[in-house]
Amino acid sequence: MQVIFDNLPVYWTGFLVTLQLTVVGGVFATLIGIVIAIFRISPVASLRGFATVYTEIVRCTPLTLVFFFCAIVLPILGVDFPYLAFAFIALSVYTSPFVAEALRSGINGVALGQAEAARSLGLGFGQTVGFVVFPQAIRMTIPPLINVFIALTKNTSIAGAFYVTELFGVGRALVNANGNAVIAILLGVAFFYLVITVPLGQIAAHLERKVAVTR
Amino acid sequence: MSGSAVLFDAPGPKARRLSRILSIVGIALIAGGLAWVIMTLAAPRQASGGITLSGMFAPERWDIFSEPIVWQSIGEATVRTLQAAGIGAVGAVIVGVILSILRTAANPWVRIPTTVLIEFCRGMPVLLMMLFILLVFSTGALWAVVTALIIYNGTLIGEALRAGIASLPKGQREAGLSLGLTPLRTRLLIEFPQAFRQMLPIIIAQLVVLLKDTSLGYIVGYPELLRQTTNYLANFYGNRYMFSLFFVALAIYLTINLLLSWFARWLARSEERKRTGKKGKPDKTILDSTPNANAQALASGSGGLGAA
Repeated sequence: MQVIFDNLPVYWTGFLVTLQLTVVGGVFATLIGIVIAIFRISPVASLRGFATVYTEIVRCTPLTLVFFFCAIVLPILGVDFPYLAFAFIALSVYTSPFVAEALRSGINGVALGQAEAARSLGLGFGQTVGFVVFPQAIRMTIPPLINVFIALTKNTSIAGAFYVTELFGVGRALVNANGNAVIAILLGVAFFYLVITVPLGQIAAHLERKVAVTR
Repeated sequence: MSGSAVLFDAPGPKARRLSRILSIVGIALIAGGLAWVIMTLAAPRQASGGITLSGMFAPERWDIFSEPIVWQSIGEATVRTLQAAGIGAVGAVIVGVILSILRTAANPWVRIPTTVLIEFCRGMPVLLMMLFILLVFSTGALWAVVTALIIYNGTLIGEALRAGIASLPKGQREAGLSLGLTPLRTRLLIEFPQAFRQMLPIIIAQLVVLLKDTSLGYIVGYPELLRQTTNYLANFYGNRYMFSLFFVALAIYLTINLLLSWFARWLARSEERKRTGKKGKPDKTILDSTPNANAQALASGSGGLGAA
């Protein structure tokens, strides 16, 4: 137990990096995810095809391989960033199709009649999606989206294995330095992850109940 | 154009032309991007110290693949990956079944600790669990990977099954109880099979995640596909093969996972068809995409994000 308190500043810096990875990764994943979701429902066939292929391929690639891709292939393409930036790229790319799918499921949850009504009023694609479908879709999208962010938080741990000093990396370094207190150190790391993931899970469950009642 | 259903009109000649132009521009942009990536990869590079490195597609970066022993080694690693995934899958389904029964128990002394345990395991990275099991119980890398995957995915499958039980009509349980079955037997004989069948696509999607997560074995030192190729083989034959070995590993992962996720989708569709009668097109949704879209999205949204 003493080890945790002795190394509280170390834990804290790791926690901040984890938080940073989650927030930055989440923001970029959302941006890419929105673009992919729009492509996916757009009238233009080639964009739909591109979005489908992107979603399928990225979803079927393990995150460890995405990190590896960033570490080996991107430098050859002339993108030579520090590891932290690679972690941002890997996490946002990997998470983006899941965001897109959450958005799409939200849009699918809107009653068909809503879109039909909008169309019969003479609204175009942009107006139907922007004014009628999307505002209703958001409420159903938020709970699964939060679940995506929870998974993202946990996924940041892989960055620790790729030389980013976030919580997992910190935990591993501490274990190496204090072999006799493995259990306490790793439980400490787990605690900091739970600080992020459990409240998010509660919010998601609460919102889900709210959406379920009104649907 | 049967793709998206009601969001836009069936296009007229003008819209079709515009769409075709945009399609061509889109394809050109994507093809251009791909071509640039391939050209850059193929071009020889100037390394530090004035050495010129050959391009990524140069024959001397791929010649090891003519040796059977390389393929044998990759094959063995693939088997190890599938082995970890197989044991993990069986274990995760069993743990999921047990947890969902405990979690829905009437007795609070059973229910509440189970809930706490599930929340704890769900909120923790699998990777951390692997490291913990490896260091604390000294199980060896395989069992560290497998046990962590079982615990983590077991909790998620358990939650999916619980949702399946909750979504059954109340009459199912009432009928079982009124037949004189005990609550547990009602659950096991009547509610459970239905919930399991309904949640099967989600469970399979979760198993795809499990398969993906075996690649975390790389980090805890289990010689699965990724570690074998990019670490052991690349070290043995030299770093210049890193790219080609990684590429082969990626191709194998993609093949396996795409096949599995297509199977899951096919299963979801055929289940849906069974339920809605033999008609080809079940309930329409705005996007007119795969039926059972919400279950799928649940699978990909909450659990499906290869959580680590």
